[in-house]
Amino acid sequence: MPTFVKRILGLVIVVGLLVGANAWMGREGLFGFGLPYYYAEILNLTGISVILAVSLNLITGFTGQFSIGHAGFMAVGAYSSVFMTVYYSEGAERWLTSLIGATLAQSLVFLGVIIFGALVAALAGLVVGIPSLRLRGDYLAIVTLGFAEIIRIIILNIDRVGGATGFRGRVPPWDGRAIIPQYANFIWIGGFAVITIVVVYNIVNSDIGRALISIREDELAAEAMGINTTRYKVLSFVISSSFAGIAGALFGHFRQFLHTNDFQFIRSIEIIIMIVLGGMGSITGAVLGAIVITILPELLRKLPGDLYGYRLVIYSALLILIMLTRPQGVMGAKEFGLSWLKRAQRRPEGDKPVGEKGVPIAQQSSSPALEQPKEIEHR
Amino acid sequence: MKRTLFAVLSITTLFFSFACERRGDVASGAGTGPIVVGYYGDLSGRTSSFGQSTKNGVEMAADEINKAGGINGRQVQILTEDDQGEPNKAATVVTKLINQDKVVALLGEVASSNTLAAAPKAQEAKVPMISPSSTNATVTQVGDYIFRVCFIDPFQGEVMAKFSANNLKAKRAAILYDFNSDYSRGLYQVFKRSFTTLGGQVVAEKSYTQGDRDFSGQLTSIRAANPDVIYVPGYYGEVGVISNQTKQLGIKAPLLGGDGWDAPQLWQLGGASLNGNYISNHYSVDDPSPAIQKFVGDFKGRYGVQPDALAALGYDAMKVLADAIKRAGTTENTKLRDAIAQTKDFPGVTGKITIDKDRNAVKPAVVLKLQDGRFVYATTISPEGSTPVASSTASPAGAASPAQ
Amino acid sequence: MDTFVQQLINGLNIGAIYALIALGYTMVYGILRLINFAHGDVYMVGAFAGYFIALSLGLAAAPSFLSLALILLASMIIAALVGMIIERFAYRPVRKYSRMTTLIMAIGVSLLIENLFVARIGAAPRAFPDFLGSQSQLPYRLFGNAAISKAQIVIFLVSIALMLILQWIVYKTKVGTAMRAVSFNLNSAKLMGINTDAIISLTFAIGSALAAAGGVLTAQYNPNIDPLMGILTGLKAFVAAVLGGIGNIPGAVLGGLLIGAAETFVVGYGQNIGIASTYRDAVAFAILILVLLIRPSGLLGSTVQEKV
Repeated sequence: MPTFVKRILGLVIVVGLLVGANAWMGREGLFGFGLPYYYAEILNLTGISVILAVSLNLITGFTGQFSIGHAGFMAVGAYSSVFMTVYYSEGAERWLTSLIGATLAQSLVFLGVIIFGALVAALAGLVVGIPSLRLRGDYLAIVTLGFAEIIRIIILNIDRVGGATGFRGRVPPWDGRAIIPQYANFIWIGGFAVITIVVVYNIVNSDIGRALISIREDELAAEAMGINTTRYKVLSFVISSSFAGIAGALFGHFRQFLHTNDFQFIRSIEIIIMIVLGGMGSITGAVLGAIVITILPELLRKLPGDLYGYRLVIYSALLILIMLTRPQGVMGAKEFGLSWLKRAQRRPEGDKPVGEKGVPIAQQSSSPALEQPKEIEHR
Repeated sequence: MKRTLFAVLSITTLFFSFACERRGDVASGAGTGPIVVGYYGDLSGRTSSFGQSTKNGVEMAADEINKAGGINGRQVQILTEDDQGEPNKAATVVTKLINQDKVVALLGEVASSNTLAAAPKAQEAKVPMISPSSTNATVTQVGDYIFRVCFIDPFQGEVMAKFSANNLKAKRAAILYDFNSDYSRGLYQVFKRSFTTLGGQVVAEKSYTQGDRDFSGQLTSIRAANPDVIYVPGYYGEVGVISNQTKQLGIKAPLLGGDGWDAPQLWQLGGASLNGNYISNHYSVDDPSPAIQKFVGDFKGRYGVQPDALAALGYDAMKVLADAIKRAGTTENTKLRDAIAQTKDFPGVTGKITIDKDRNAVKPAVVLKLQDGRFVYATTISPEGSTPVASSTASPAGAASPAQ
Repeated sequence: MDTFVQQLINGLNIGAIYALIALGYTMVYGILRLINFAHGDVYMVGAFAGYFIALSLGLAAAPSFLSLALILLASMIIAALVGMIIERFAYRPVRKYSRMTTLIMAIGVSLLIENLFVARIGAAPRAFPDFLGSQSQLPYRLFGNAAISKAQIVIFLVSIALMLILQWIVYKTKVGTAMRAVSFNLNSAKLMGINTDAIISLTFAIGSALAAAGGVLTAQYNPNIDPLMGILTGLKAFVAAVLGGIGNIPGAVLGGLLIGAAETFVVGYGQNIGIASTYRDAVAFAILILVLLIRPSGLLGSTVQEKV
């Protein structure tokens, strides 16, 4: 079959699965049978976590820039998109409904505010990235943390988006919708998760991706080879933060309630744990990590004893254990793909600890350009 | 390729098989079996004294009801959820109680910010919610399924303004409020309005954030403005320390506050520095009326400590709910909602409870003086006007007119 | 004028605490180039160690300066041990790995300590007993309305004493020379026969002890202690260390005092220029960003060229 037919078929299958899954999670269920509300919520939150983890992986795993302020961009995307929905979208939606019907109108409006949220988050990424990205690893981490906190405190002080009470609809005396409509469902969330994975995958396997990886491997060498490291770092940062913004927008329209407590430091750390667990140079790893970390607390609830109350202890112990035993995470820098089985027959990849020059832990011998030129064909 | 396909198929099948249920609408709770009531509050966070205390009151009430044979023959069962004092968590646990546990009614929350976050969920699902002690005016405005059994802040703020102006003869007031709390901000605005209407002057307005450790910056500015009284309508965790730091800065003006001060930890944090301050509250432990003394005695016997206002309100909320269920004859949500709305002159330990058309309870407030680890009764102020009484009858002087 | 002086006193008071904690950050960074994320939590551990000791020995019943000194000493020792344990079992195994690994490890340790405390003793705040009578005693008047309380005086004096002791250790003892050598160049120090592992342990011990002192002292001024109190304070202290020039000991002290003062002035006077007092926590972060943009080596630090 020609590639484009394959692609369209793939698209149809994915959309079909998403629509089916969404119906299965809804009130009526699929043919009357449905997923209990509780599990449906977990699935949706997992989808959002996947977007966050994969996007963070782009900047931290593939570009080697340690950012622990991801929750800040999620907050920016969430608040800005919900702001638009609550205060400025009613008129547009009504007008569109008269043209093309309610569902289509809602979808268009939702798409619009998501894009808006992504753009604002991208702008925030630019503002944060440009000054910060010339700093070294640990400083960059603290600065991104600082920016995320500043963003959070600023949002906390804006009354129009609810301030300390939380944002659930218009705040008098301003006019707007009384409640945030629930636009987000699994079609949207799952769909964007797929889009994020595809986009990041394509970036990583392109020229840009190779530049990013070279920056991760040895920034000075990359600079010496003529790569404009600042430009690529900022680019990666902006793309990463815009996807975080999308995740935020989806989150806001799913929960129908926003409060800055959901975007604190611990949220950024949770995302870090996801990609550390999964493997920082691997998209599959990020997806795996997102699923595990989102589902883990719910599993803990089921177990006897108060393990749920100890979940943060478990996370941190997990983090420490991983750093002690297998710092490159479950997948290392490998991906789950069709050549996975073939690769397992090759000589075992060494997971070397690295020396003091600062070569990141995610380095594996599967960096395409360096040690196994034959790998490139299989991608 | 085959292996991947197989893996995908098996995972999907697993998925579908373990978690399917027939869909339908949310059950409305009519029938037999225990009456499941959801309680949510801060059981482990910064304001955990509130959540725990209220829970104690609720549970004691539920036990008394069950011992007396339950409601219409059915036993009451309380399902508790901890929201750690965070609005986002309050919304989450309430959603769970409604959708998963299918409660017939909700009791909670104490802090208005948390109630405001959770109430829309209850309103949307048409599950009646009674807040024992959220006093911010906007709480019941969320919808007609949201009620409360306490007075509201437009009244409470006015109470302290009147007390400062009339009883303490204060002319200059400073305000230090909690920026993060709707309760605190609401009281701040009402107090400011009332105090200026009564001829006083607000000389300083400063704010802090919950969790702040140092207030010397704000207090120094306040000191420079030379106030007669300082209104601190915040929660006990910060107020205790504020009182401490006030003394350390040599400020002599008394501090005034609201029911958010009412917790034993307040004294641990502020100690002797709290002496001479005043608060507005829902009831006084000193009230000699037999009903209240019995309640105090029973509570002390069961929990080993005296009931604070929050415990008393939790107790009253549960009793009001039970009374409504009895009157409605069912736990079906629309009938239950109407029954709650029709509550009239219910004899609660915090006073006679009548739910007005705004779904608020109209009750008088007591002003208590802080002295040596105790809240000592000073006076009662009723919705119509101040009752300058030094005696200890804290019963309401007629609660028909809406508070404003 | 007296208000200004008061704000200054208040600011320097908090600043002294930040300085004590910042010293730990700066010493560890100087030696290992590691940001010890868990340091803020050691401050918390110190405060709680003091709390539990005071409670179990029943010292709260007879408050006195002597019992406070006892508690201070005990909590400093406990914290020193905790610091050494963290170094030995969490940081040392990953020292040879990349920076990111060690940073993630530090974050992990920090989270572990915080959440262990939350899980075991609850997140609700506790009240540290009052040993200096701050709840009842009036402050000492300076002039006009400016006053300084007993607790504040104690905080100043003890902090200064500890810093002087540290200064003496670092510059006047053999061990201190070894510490400076190791921070200069770890491998060369090893070659000179210095037991670098022991020196690193000692550095962690001293830094942790200072942080614990900060914890106990601050609890006298604000008795509200909870397991998460170390996060924000620790971050601000880190900013202070960066402000002063990370790796530079006098810089840490200067940075701490400046951050404390800046915070208090923003809270006290910020309203006049439109900054609400609720932006207090943002002040430290804003300063951090400015420092890193304008002069990353800090006020007293020296620029180091990166060699390829």
